[in-house]
Amino acid sequence: MVNPQMVMYEEEFNQIQTVVDHLVKSANAKSVFIVDKNGQLIAASGDVEHLDTTSLASLTAGNIAATGGMAKLLKENEFATQFHEGERANVYITLVGNRVILVVIFDAKSSLGLVRLRVKKASEELNHIFENLLKKVQEPGGDSPFAEITDEDIDNLFND
Amino acid sequence: MSFINLMAREINCKIVYYGPGLCGKTTNLQYIYERTNPDAKGKMISLATETDRTLFFDFLPLALGEIRGFKTRFYLYTVPGQVFYDASRKLILKGVDGVVFCADSQIARMEANQESLENLRTNLAEQGYSLDKLPFVMQYNKRDMPDIATVEELREALNPTMVPEFESCARTGVGVFDTLKAVAKLVLTELKKGGP
Repeated sequence: MVNPQMVMYEEEFNQIQTVVDHLVKSANAKSVFIVDKNGQLIAASGDVEHLDTTSLASLTAGNIAATGGMAKLLKENEFATQFHEGERANVYITLVGNRVILVVIFDAKSSLGLVRLRVKKASEELNHIFENLLKKVQEPGGDSPFAEITDEDIDNLFND
Repeated sequence: MSFINLMAREINCKIVYYGPGLCGKTTNLQYIYERTNPDAKGKMISLATETDRTLFFDFLPLALGEIRGFKTRFYLYTVPGQVFYDASRKLILKGVDGVVFCADSQIARMEANQESLENLRTNLAEQGYSLDKLPFVMQYNKRDMPDIATVEELREALNPTMVPEFESCARTGVGVFDTLKAVAKLVLTELKKGGP
């Protein structure tokens, strides 16, 4: 397998959630979320109830992928950050450790400078957590939660 | 690359619909979207041109149900089929767990099918995947059109390794869910084999 499966454990999930919860407050943001590069939402915090986080996650990943493609063509390693300025909402997107994407949505109550500053610290913390997570996932002998699934279980899913 | 969230008890998998321009990839997703229970689906997103040709991708999140307490979520993507969008197609294949090749059954599109399938192999290989090792199903679409190739001809040209194959008409929905179920099943079976 080229890409090892991504598995999220309770311990790391809680650590990540703490970082994003804190970032919402310290950056005065409306919401913060973490998306993997394939577009799957990992964690979210702040005012996310009325947001379609699944779609946002997929579009963010598409966006990062497209920008990464541009970078490659321009012989750049990566464009690690993006900023979209709207009338009411602004979006700050940054790649963390080239693995996951950190998205901060903020309005006039905050500023790009503050967001940038707080994101920098949060990125370092997240990078550390994801590094540990990756090590854990790659450790041999980790039990697959699906090893015990039977063909029957899979068939049952499709019985209408 | 599937994503397993032990905390939320969720499995997330990515399925990509590949194929030549105008073969019906978006139509497959639209049919699935229309016929799925609102609780089980998210919003369908289409990044298309003004003339409704896919520009970057279509995206449809689907919840298929639970396996041993794990919610299974499938994220369906299409690629832009037109030849010159190759850079975008490569991006969408990143992290793919399963592929549906949607072939256009019309005789006039035979070459386009073969070209697209070759392009799929090349783009997967660039990322270190092999089509022969991925969960993969073949769909012969547009079976309702005149001047179509026979299934035997299509099989010979596109499916020599005999992966599961389906005849379909995405506009009316024939074969659409059979294709989706087949690829989803293969992905889950792979997940069971692989483990993290």
